[in-house]
Amino acid sequence: MNAQPNASPKPTRDLATEIAEAAAFTRKHAVAAIYHAGSGHPGGVLSCADILASLYGAELNVWPNTINDPNRDRFVLSKGHAAPALYAVGAHYGFCDKKASLALRKIGSRFQGHPHVLDLPWVETSTGSLGQGFSVAIGMAMGLRLQRSTARVYTLLGDGEMQEGEVWEAAMCAAHHTLDNLCVLVDYNKLQSDNTNAAIMGLEPLAAKWRAFGWGVAEIDGHDINAILTALGRAALTHGRPSILIAHTVKGKGVPYMENIPQWHGSVKLTREQTVEALQALGATKSEIQELVDDGIG
Amino acid sequence: MTALAEAPALIGTSGDSLREAFGKALSGLADEFSNVVVLDADIAGGTGVHHFRKSHPERFLQFGIAEQNMMAAAGGLAAVGMLPVVTTFAVFCLRAIEQARLSLAYARRNAKIVASHPGIDVGPDGGSAQALEDLAAFRAIPGMTVISPADPVETALATRAILEFDGPVYMRTGRSPATRVFGDGHSFTIGKGTIVRDGSDVTIVACGVEVGRAIEAADSLAREGIAARVVNMATIKPIDTELLVQCAEETGCIVTAEDHNIHGGLGGAVAEALAATRPCPIEFVGVRDTFGASGEPDELAVAFGIGSGHIAEAARRAVARK
Repeated sequence: MNAQPNASPKPTRDLATEIAEAAAFTRKHAVAAIYHAGSGHPGGVLSCADILASLYGAELNVWPNTINDPNRDRFVLSKGHAAPALYAVGAHYGFCDKKASLALRKIGSRFQGHPHVLDLPWVETSTGSLGQGFSVAIGMAMGLRLQRSTARVYTLLGDGEMQEGEVWEAAMCAAHHTLDNLCVLVDYNKLQSDNTNAAIMGLEPLAAKWRAFGWGVAEIDGHDINAILTALGRAALTHGRPSILIAHTVKGKGVPYMENIPQWHGSVKLTREQTVEALQALGATKSEIQELVDDGIG
Repeated sequence: MTALAEAPALIGTSGDSLREAFGKALSGLADEFSNVVVLDADIAGGTGVHHFRKSHPERFLQFGIAEQNMMAAAGGLAAVGMLPVVTTFAVFCLRAIEQARLSLAYARRNAKIVASHPGIDVGPDGGSAQALEDLAAFRAIPGMTVISPADPVETALATRAILEFDGPVYMRTGRSPATRVFGDGHSFTIGKGTIVRDGSDVTIVACGVEVGRAIEAADSLAREGIAARVVNMATIKPIDTELLVQCAEETGCIVTAEDHNIHGGLGGAVAEALAATRPCPIEFVGVRDTFGASGEPDELAVAFGIGSGHIAEAARRAVARK
């Protein structure tokens, strides 16, 4: 990183606490939505909740009343299968209705299995085919730079996603064009659909690969909100090259029976019992469980 | 730049080809459409956009030989209000078709894909380079408008039309020097076919380089006493059903002609439209579900069954089936 360590904004404890609450809401809400849907990808939803909450809670210069502002920051969920987490964090920060977003994957619902920009303009683009969101983010960053906008572009990739060739096309492109208004985050939970990354198609040495491609690279604990905020702050001060934050995470984070088990990548059907157990582990109160599991969905 | 300027021009960059007509037109429109950006994958000399690169270098975006990233990035550029024009060869558009599907069409982006080197018109580069599937593939994407202009005049008009049009478009140009079909008074409207030669016995519905060949076929049919109407169907999607119905009623049979696989392209679009409205005998001229090969375009047209003689033969068959 080019930035001086002490140049980054020091997150206040209150902000970090607020974001931790948003992340907790995101996990509970997303698990409940996947339960009601009867299918979904809980593992990778739980692993990226702290990252999404940090982005929407502190970093992104966008609010529900500025989603049409041309100078807003953009966030693209390139790992589109984590849509329930995006919907939940969006519900927490007022971009969409909490109850409506529980109607995940249902016919007639705007909350499809993967984000669709025509249904929900605030998701910025439609994703779900791995690699593409990253390229779309590059196009946004190029266009905003041509317009001399100060807006920044963020995108979250899954680790398995980096097996797509398009990701490395995009990695070369962003560095070649010195897109320092672009920041990639990787939800590095080490697991993918069928097995570990290492067993399916090894990614290591991951940080070295991105450095070799000309990126500013930071490795962080993707569940440490202060670390995420500090790294985002440093990335924003980086000049002349794009930044990538490789966030080490735990798949299924917060739900002990899911943690680090690839089978919870999804798409899975959660029983009522499993859902209640997960919500209890995530700290849900009895009334929250009643509201999320047993009350009607929007 | 000195080395580049002294390098030999790529073959075709100075000819009267559709790609050159497109490149010149785009460069000429760039000041009027100030949000246009051109995306290139290291073949600007071949797609015609070397003109734009020279006139508007600040809006010329180089993606390297990486079409998937380029195609999806166009979605991002459109999302922030730019008007992206993605340029590459037709066969490489097939490589990036899923990016065109999700990041352009599904997200309903105002982005244009302009593909040079379609069909066996590609010539010497051979079968690997000759896209015979692109009209079918892009036509199957919901919301995608598909255009294949006939000559340099129409290509220039279509270039303006796609920039004015709001929505994703796939447009073919062409590699080889093209026959002029239209005079300066020609007009072009997306979704409208035009009768370029009238006749009452059969209608030949053609697009791209086959329009010129269809006119030659009509000349030869006239000498036999068959009056062939020629329709230039430059928009394959949405197809001009109204004109097709009129031609079916007035001439009683149809021949389609395209530099494309007989499956799923213009012939498919015409057959779908008429089957649902005004069925009549239809004969299909196109490459018969095979890959192309090296050769000069006119030699290949004869070898692969899309020459003017094949169109005339199909017209005789169609008339006989009435």
